[in-house]
Amino acid sequence: MKKRLFALALTGTMVAGMLAGCGGGDTTPSGDSSPSGGGDATGGKVYYLNFKPEQDAQWQELAELYTAETGVEVTVLTAASGNYETTLKSEMAKTDAPTLFQVNGPVGLAAWKDYCYDLTGSAVAGELSSDEFALMDGDKMAGIGYVIETYGIIYNKALLEQAGYTADDIKSFDDLKKVAEDITARKDELGFSAFTSAGMDGSSDWRFKTHLANLPIYYEYKADGIDNTDAIKGTYLDNYRQIWDLYINNATCEPALLSTKTGDDAVAEFVTGQAVFYQNGTWAYNDVAELGDDNLGMLPIYIGVEGEEKQGLCTGTENYWCVNAKASEADIQATLDFMYWCVTSETGTKAMCGGEGAMPSGQAGMGFVIPFKGNLESTNPLVNIGNQYVADGYESVSWNFSTMPSEEWKNGVGSALTAYAADQTDAKWDAVVSAFVDGWASEAAAVNG
Amino acid sequence: MIRKKRLNRLGTGLFTFISIFYVLPVVVVLFNSFKKKSYINLEPFKLPNETTFTGVDNYTTAINQYDFLKAVGWTVFITVGSVLVILICTSMCAWFITRVKNRVTKGIYILCVFSMVVPFQMVMFTLSLVTDRLGLGTPWGLIIIYLGFGAGLAVFMFCGFVKSIPIEIEEAAMIDGCSPIRTFFSVVLPIMKPTYISVGILETMWIWNDFLLPYLTLDIKKYKTISIVIQYMKGSYGRVDMGAIMAALIMAVIPVVIFYLSCQKHIIKGVAAGAVKG
Amino acid sequence: MEKAIKRYFPIFLLPTLIAFTIGFIVPFIMGIWLSFCEFTTVTDATFVGLSNYIKAFQDPVFLHSFWYTALFAVVSLVVINVIAFAIALALTQKLRGTNIFRTVFFMPNLIGGIVLGYIWQLIFNGLLAPFATALNLNEWYGFWGLIILVAWQQIGYMMIIYIAGLQSIPGDVMEAAAIDGASGPQRLFKVTIPMMMPSITICTFLSVVNGFKLFDQNLSLTAGEPSKMSEMLALNIYNTFYGRTGWEGVGQAKAVVFFILVVAIGLIQLKATRSKEVQQ
Repeated sequence: MKKRLFALALTGTMVAGMLAGCGGGDTTPSGDSSPSGGGDATGGKVYYLNFKPEQDAQWQELAELYTAETGVEVTVLTAASGNYETTLKSEMAKTDAPTLFQVNGPVGLAAWKDYCYDLTGSAVAGELSSDEFALMDGDKMAGIGYVIETYGIIYNKALLEQAGYTADDIKSFDDLKKVAEDITARKDELGFSAFTSAGMDGSSDWRFKTHLANLPIYYEYKADGIDNTDAIKGTYLDNYRQIWDLYINNATCEPALLSTKTGDDAVAEFVTGQAVFYQNGTWAYNDVAELGDDNLGMLPIYIGVEGEEKQGLCTGTENYWCVNAKASEADIQATLDFMYWCVTSETGTKAMCGGEGAMPSGQAGMGFVIPFKGNLESTNPLVNIGNQYVADGYESVSWNFSTMPSEEWKNGVGSALTAYAADQTDAKWDAVVSAFVDGWASEAAAVNG
Repeated sequence: MIRKKRLNRLGTGLFTFISIFYVLPVVVVLFNSFKKKSYINLEPFKLPNETTFTGVDNYTTAINQYDFLKAVGWTVFITVGSVLVILICTSMCAWFITRVKNRVTKGIYILCVFSMVVPFQMVMFTLSLVTDRLGLGTPWGLIIIYLGFGAGLAVFMFCGFVKSIPIEIEEAAMIDGCSPIRTFFSVVLPIMKPTYISVGILETMWIWNDFLLPYLTLDIKKYKTISIVIQYMKGSYGRVDMGAIMAALIMAVIPVVIFYLSCQKHIIKGVAAGAVKG
Repeated sequence: MEKAIKRYFPIFLLPTLIAFTIGFIVPFIMGIWLSFCEFTTVTDATFVGLSNYIKAFQDPVFLHSFWYTALFAVVSLVVINVIAFAIALALTQKLRGTNIFRTVFFMPNLIGGIVLGYIWQLIFNGLLAPFATALNLNEWYGFWGLIILVAWQQIGYMMIIYIAGLQSIPGDVMEAAAIDGASGPQRLFKVTIPMMMPSITICTFLSVVNGFKLFDQNLSLTAGEPSKMSEMLALNIYNTFYGRTGWEGVGQAKAVVFFILVVAIGLIQLKATRSKEVQQ
């Protein structure tokens, strides 16, 4: 009997301990976070859960440099591609939760707004070059964009010329189609294809289910004069189909094989000259740099909408830094200091904006354009192409995929696109439309309700 | 009799054939691990040739870029540590609850049996939370977690065996003045050796290959196991290096094969015995 | 003696008991409680009654994964056990090379689910590529792919259990049957299989439970593609929980349902075993 009581008491203590741990978790340091990195006087430390896998190495290096310079411990963990939400959720539940994390815009913010520290008046917010890069939740500055990016159709100039064209020949979807189909027709003679494989493996499918899908959404929002919706109409989905058809039927491989093609495959095809066009953005520069800066160009993604001759590249951000409001005071301060250092110090800005050899270790920098006063002239030719489009008066396409209702929605569209690629029937396309339109409504309802 | 002989020869031939097919998947991965990464998906069943062969590059990538050897080290540490702790603690526990009969011990036994059927998804989130709050998200802490979550099966199997040990031997030892601890270690433990092997093997197979539990509970900023690294490589860093994955798969299989071949007899006996008990 | 041992309970019992409390009892109780709550990271849990369960049963993907898993469990049960039994029978016939075959067949069992999944993904996609298709395009490719995978993995294990069972059948029983003029098939169905009932029960139980709980292999081989159509229960729960914001409680509720399901299967199986034991 005594022992049963004991067991009960034990369980009770454990549960109580747990609950206490939950409530006071903000301040109690976890058992194993011994000050291995030395730790400075205030004792704050930074844990950055990074969203961008392409820049993992640079962040790791930057973290080490910061620790060496200030003694503040900085840990960077990069979530595997497509797993950011999952990782964020499991990490946020821990005592040693990320102090610096990312949301992708209003939709991501809705889920995490309780965890976002108000950045109004912070030093780093003061460095923003424009208020439009602040992500607001009412009066609260919940996040700040830290990188502006641009994507389009990257092309290999030499190959395009070899096929008898230049970028000036492509001013609309019809032009693009003509060129692509001509290259496909002469594929054996030319020795290369029009497009790299539109891989639908998890490492590459975001290029289509998110980035390409942005275009029909952008035009619909524009036509309706809105910037967000709970019910997408799918006005421009036929255009989405056109461009997707063009991608998959003029690629290096059979459409049915796309489901297993990876991001690496597309890069390899592009740099080895097997294809002319490769849809991706400024962040991919380091992957394709070996083709030579003069040989790289970028075209807008035309989808056959009226007036698209004025359309520019897609520019925006889906990367907002948020500081975990539930972290300890010291950690929050340490994190704010780290962010400030990243966007103002010479090492930090060089690492974020620089290209070849910008890191102290000699590695290439991140090649970002950052919306901060400390932004440096970019050496990334893709960025400069983007700037040229703006200077020439083309209208940039904004990034509306931060209004997509959920990851679930993106996955639904992605799976339907994959299935359609393997079997290009109207029925399969209807499934894409359904995932796009009906999926949007039900996901918007599920997330809000 | 001649017919039987011929039948036997036919059987041997058939099984040789099936056996070859059985190891083929691993062999395919093996030769693909020596190919350049872009050729792996393209022509998975072709042997590497002059253009596609890349030597041990994939292995060095897996080791250097993904810290694979460190993952192997942690996996070995966690597996060996957990299995040893499980064997000692649960066998002691099982002996105690079999020999001391009251409602508490019976309750513990029932709880253990009950825990065997509970799927991991039931506790995945709460377990990771408890682990974190108690600061157990380290390889050392994970040993305690494995002891807790794996206790059910082990206690159950040990209890089954202890019941079959004649109590007189222990009583004799105790009368000779041995403390229960001494009795357990010098009398009971040697008798239970076969059960130790069975339980040890079952737990080793489970913990070595486990993915979700360490993935959710370990502090993945610092520690990764083999399964976690491989899963990470597949979705990792926006790119999938098929070559490194092939190399990692082979490196994950090699220790298992060595372990298996070196204690094959015990493993097979252990599995058979474990099943009969279970 | 009992009394003497009892005093030592801190040494014998406590380590396991504490770990068991941390690793099982507390998470389990919290899990039940959370299935009635809405939460993101537990600190903010609020009680919402049964609404999570209602949502779970309204989720068509969950219901699909339920049937898909049940079908999978049954098919894998039959495939694994029939083949494993046949191989065990053959390997107890004093074939030459039995030991080598046994070694080979058992080997895949030691390889982890994640590793297995990626090995077979390469093989299946390689085989399907000439037909211009792939594993993640059709839920039934994924289904049969998983069946082949688990068969490859588990046949060896079940075979070992069956061999042990066959070897424990006394030789004189078989001889007596042979002398009585029983034909091969007759001996198999009238003598061997009834004598093997305990082994069969264990193996069928293990393969059904393994089938229901399958996670690693599912995650690595198909990851639920296409469109979650090859997502089995365990993976569905994981994805609901970690993949969807605001659905944590629903994920936990699904896990409770899953748990009850597995326990029910266990109980039915146990009952079946008992009744068989009575017959013998």
